[in-house]
Amino acid sequence: MTELFNESSAAALPEGNASTPLKRRSFLRFTGAGVVLTGLVLAGCDDNQLDKELSEAASSDSKDDNNRVVNVGSGDFGILNFAYALEQLEAAFYAEVLRGGYFASASPAEKSVFKDIEAHERIHREFLKAGIAANGGTPIEDLEPDFSSVNFGSRTSVLATAKAFEDLGVAAYNGAGPLISNPVYLGLAGKIVSVEARHAALIRDLIQYNTFVTPDIVDPSTSVERSLRPSQVASMANKYLKPGSKINVSKLPRE
Amino acid sequence: MNILNLISEIERVDPEVYERLDQRRQMFRHFAGFGKKLAVAAVPLAMGSMLQKAYGKPKSTGLSEQIVYVLNFALGLEYLEYYFYQMGLDAPGLLTGSARESVTIIRNDERNHVDFLRSVLGSAAIPDPGARAFDYTGSKGGKRPALFPDVFTNAGTYFAVAQAFEDTGVRAYKGGAPLLISNNTILEAALGIHSVEARHASHIRTMRRGGPQGLPGPLTSNPKSWISGDDNGGPAPMYTAPVYGPGMPAETYPSEANVTQAGVNLVTAFGVTMAEASEAFDEPLDPDTVLAIAGNFIK
Repeated sequence: MTELFNESSAAALPEGNASTPLKRRSFLRFTGAGVVLTGLVLAGCDDNQLDKELSEAASSDSKDDNNRVVNVGSGDFGILNFAYALEQLEAAFYAEVLRGGYFASASPAEKSVFKDIEAHERIHREFLKAGIAANGGTPIEDLEPDFSSVNFGSRTSVLATAKAFEDLGVAAYNGAGPLISNPVYLGLAGKIVSVEARHAALIRDLIQYNTFVTPDIVDPSTSVERSLRPSQVASMANKYLKPGSKINVSKLPRE
Repeated sequence: MNILNLISEIERVDPEVYERLDQRRQMFRHFAGFGKKLAVAAVPLAMGSMLQKAYGKPKSTGLSEQIVYVLNFALGLEYLEYYFYQMGLDAPGLLTGSARESVTIIRNDERNHVDFLRSVLGSAAIPDPGARAFDYTGSKGGKRPALFPDVFTNAGTYFAVAQAFEDTGVRAYKGGAPLLISNNTILEAALGIHSVEARHASHIRTMRRGGPQGLPGPLTSNPKSWISGDDNGGPAPMYTAPVYGPGMPAETYPSEANVTQAGVNLVTAFGVTMAEASEAFDEPLDPDTVLAIAGNFIK
């Protein structure tokens, strides 16, 4: 058994070979013994890689499979991937806003606001993707959004969705922050969440002035903003993701 | 025996089992990579706090000295903000209409933050210094020329100072949050206050450019709702530049104009503008710099 943990066993795996993943996933899914051995070797070399393999083994190879889920993984990289999933969703939404009918006829101020927010969310998305990879994690794949419930020609629909995304983003970062173990990552999340809160306040003021903080998002007795657990956030975010692209956060730390 | 099932079972009960299986690499990750500079500053304190939690002498509150320090620091800022808004509401004719509504909402939040932090700190809370401890004109009780002589008679000046307070508050909480990492309950509450301060900052900035339909113009007088670059020194650059400038040390606490995050230059990496890259991230500020800013308004 000790051989399973040595370097040569790990090196013998078709790691990083773009031509083999399909074959390997099939191997993982259909060969019980193979799953055991591969899982152990991977556990010995990289936990994130193991997460990736396990989530892929548990799901399908094709985004066309409606039961397939995208598992964000565990530990700090799982939290960062969770944030990356939300930023993907936000960035995709604002990119769509800029292409839509409402934006074309929006007031100059609203055009300026949405252009800025689109850029900020795109930067958050790209930064998280690059940062996860640069630190040895594996960024999740590109998610496929489903904005069929949004009317991009309607100011009311766009603003209501923007409000939902921004409030959700703040509550998600507030809830995930304490689950992060590395203070560096916590600091980075803090640098992003206040910008999301600034967005949220302005979108709310655009919908109805002086609603930048309201009791539905801030505890009226303490004025502490609510936080949401990743599982709560995922179920809300998944409404805007296509079947086959929905996120699963079951491996994230819980407290 | 199915070993995979065994691992899954352990993982189900203990989601972080993989981390603990490889402590050495996990520790290495904490010190390498992403934001090395921030790590150097924050990790020893966080580690110290964890040790204190395990071995230190708890105060009557049961909180570590570090947590008591950070929360009292926050409480001091909340007193400063609360009395500023209360005195604004009390100043004859200063605030009317929707501006009065805005300030009332913010005043209530700051009051709640004061009460909440006091309740968490218990007997360790710094006492309420009262309104007389503060001089919002910045003359330190007449000991020097006022920085903002018309702060309670001119709404423009009043909201300029309000913006500086809120943006300072956001940076201060951001600087303090990593020092609370050993106590998830308190960290979560601090994050929940931090984002409320950011909402206030956004709203005051929106007000200063004439409401949500007001177009941003010169950053000092018609700011965006987020900080762009260093906002050219903020609403009164001669006095407010430190609110947007670097802290100490500057490598750990860069100015709001910073466009490099975790070693990634966002402008060159993603082809975005300097303004966009700086706006997308707010920066933390160290306690000494925050104190120097706040000290202008304490007699």
